[in-house]
Amino acid sequence: MLVGHQPKDFLLAVEALTVSFDGFKAVNDLSLYVEENEIRVIIGPNGAGKTTVLDLICGKTKATSGSIQFRGQELTKLKENQIVQAGVGRKFQTPSVFEDLTVFENLEISYPRGRTVFGSLTFKRDAAVRERVEEVAEMVFLNDRLNVYADQLSHGQKQWLEIGMLLIQDPDLLMLDEPVAGMSVSERVKTAELLNRIIKDRSVLVIEHDMKFVEDIAHKVTVLHQGQILSEGSMEHVKNDPKVIEVYLGH
Amino acid sequence: MINSRFFNRSELIGFVTLAVLLFVILPLTIDIFRLNLVAKYLTYAFVGIGLVLCWGYGGILSLGQGVFFGLGGYCMAMYLKLEASSAANTKIQSTPGIPDFMDWNQITQLPLFWQPFHSFAFTILAIILVPAFFSFIIGAAMFKRRVGGVYFAIITQAIAAILTILIVGQQGYTGGINGITDLRTLNGWDIRTDHAKFILYFVEVICLFGCIVAAQFIRLTKLGRILVAMREQEDRVRFSGYSVANFKIFAFCAAAVFASIGGAMFTLEVGFMSPSFVGIVPSIEMVIYTAVGGRMSIFGAVYGSLLVNFAKTSLSESFPQLWLFGLGALFIAVVLAFPDGLSGIWRDYIQPRVDRLMSSRKSKSGNGWTDSSVADGAPAE
Repeated sequence: MLVGHQPKDFLLAVEALTVSFDGFKAVNDLSLYVEENEIRVIIGPNGAGKTTVLDLICGKTKATSGSIQFRGQELTKLKENQIVQAGVGRKFQTPSVFEDLTVFENLEISYPRGRTVFGSLTFKRDAAVRERVEEVAEMVFLNDRLNVYADQLSHGQKQWLEIGMLLIQDPDLLMLDEPVAGMSVSERVKTAELLNRIIKDRSVLVIEHDMKFVEDIAHKVTVLHQGQILSEGSMEHVKNDPKVIEVYLGH
Repeated sequence: MINSRFFNRSELIGFVTLAVLLFVILPLTIDIFRLNLVAKYLTYAFVGIGLVLCWGYGGILSLGQGVFFGLGGYCMAMYLKLEASSAANTKIQSTPGIPDFMDWNQITQLPLFWQPFHSFAFTILAIILVPAFFSFIIGAAMFKRRVGGVYFAIITQAIAAILTILIVGQQGYTGGINGITDLRTLNGWDIRTDHAKFILYFVEVICLFGCIVAAQFIRLTKLGRILVAMREQEDRVRFSGYSVANFKIFAFCAAAVFASIGGAMFTLEVGFMSPSFVGIVPSIEMVIYTAVGGRMSIFGAVYGSLLVNFAKTSLSESFPQLWLFGLGALFIAVVLAFPDGLSGIWRDYIQPRVDRLMSSRKSKSGNGWTDSSVADGAPAE
């Protein structure tokens, strides 16, 4: 690692990140540091730029200026698939799974092997793949649904499947955009339990509105407002910050 | 567990049925004139198989497959034309030994790009590599820039139009609007006789089955599943670590090569090649054959090409003006009422009945989720 002897080993260092859409700065001079094995939750009112930050990190949106360093690698210059290969996984807000494929096939596609055209032509579904798929399916409560086409899953199960697809990639940084949105209470509890299990040995960046859920999992909370950081720190600190109460929690 | 055999039961039945139909029933029951017509129809099945992969699976609608059909057809036609233009055959021309249309256009020397087509091996290679090369260039230019969907379809139309104009305009080099005609022999073997047409029919059907197996192979690999995944959730594929553009290029190239083989067979079966098989209208017709057959089904593409072309021949003889309207109406009707075409009708209405009749005791064990509602939304595994 490049920054071995500096005071902090940041896994992800976002610096002076700005993106403007036709002059509107959705993210404005944002700096954010995530440590190894840290669970960071980003909260903020609608339009604060939370999703845009994730889009920028995973390469979906190109930054106007600023830098994103992941393990010393500059992500702003990489393509989406290269960012994934560098070890960043992203879950979208609406569950995006492949509905015309089975749960097994969904997970298999995310298995990090045979990602080139010819690699995928010669890809063999061997024991290692099967084992890993079954293992992850078990983690995301879908082990008895492996041969079901994904369009038959409930909303919550689709969310889990997508989380499973990320897990099988084994990313070092996992980014989740509202993982419990639209879930029933029991699904929510299960998801929290799932997240608590999978966040070991990796860093997680989560966007969530459910404050109870945030309190349960967050190590540190970042509050975004109008593309900038309004407040950052422990949940306790953020909750009592008058600025945060003013724009977000007070409502 | 998930099916790992090359063909599942219903696909195997489909494969055997088609083989019996094309290898046995048709050659035994219809005369050589009709058989040659079937051979002509089947050349479009090659295009259809390519479109199943590219459009049905990958979701990339190309309205310019005529370009690749034409490239293959012209490669073959150039070879045959050179053979037909031997010095002895063309001694009345002012420049003997070059194709007749060149002579008519005051060209006195065989153009450089025609030279290698003296070689049969080169011609066969060119039939594969020329469309692969062009589709790669087009695909890379479009997909790397994330041009897709309807924009891509329109650009492929434009390319079809451009190629037609180019062929027509460069009459001295391409035979112009008439195309390359009066093809006679293949390596000294007269392709115009009934016997040759009979042999060529079987050669073509063997090639067709080669393409069916190749397409089935692609479909069953992980690449086939990535194509389906890409059609649905392009971003999810990208964020699973794949370069979506490369996979689209592959699908487009594969479709182009299949179309080109079909074009080359067309030239052999019909004995000429002209820009009227390259342009916008034939390209769209090819998509219609595939849509009617079912864009998710390799066998459907074959039946679609046969049936629509058969209808086209019979109807255009009786109602030449109405035929095109009929074709348009057919396309609209299929897309609206039966988006999965004939293969969808077979799968949803006929097959369940057949299955019920065949086996009331034979329960397909395993996962318990193979009821029809699952199969509906699914690509035929």
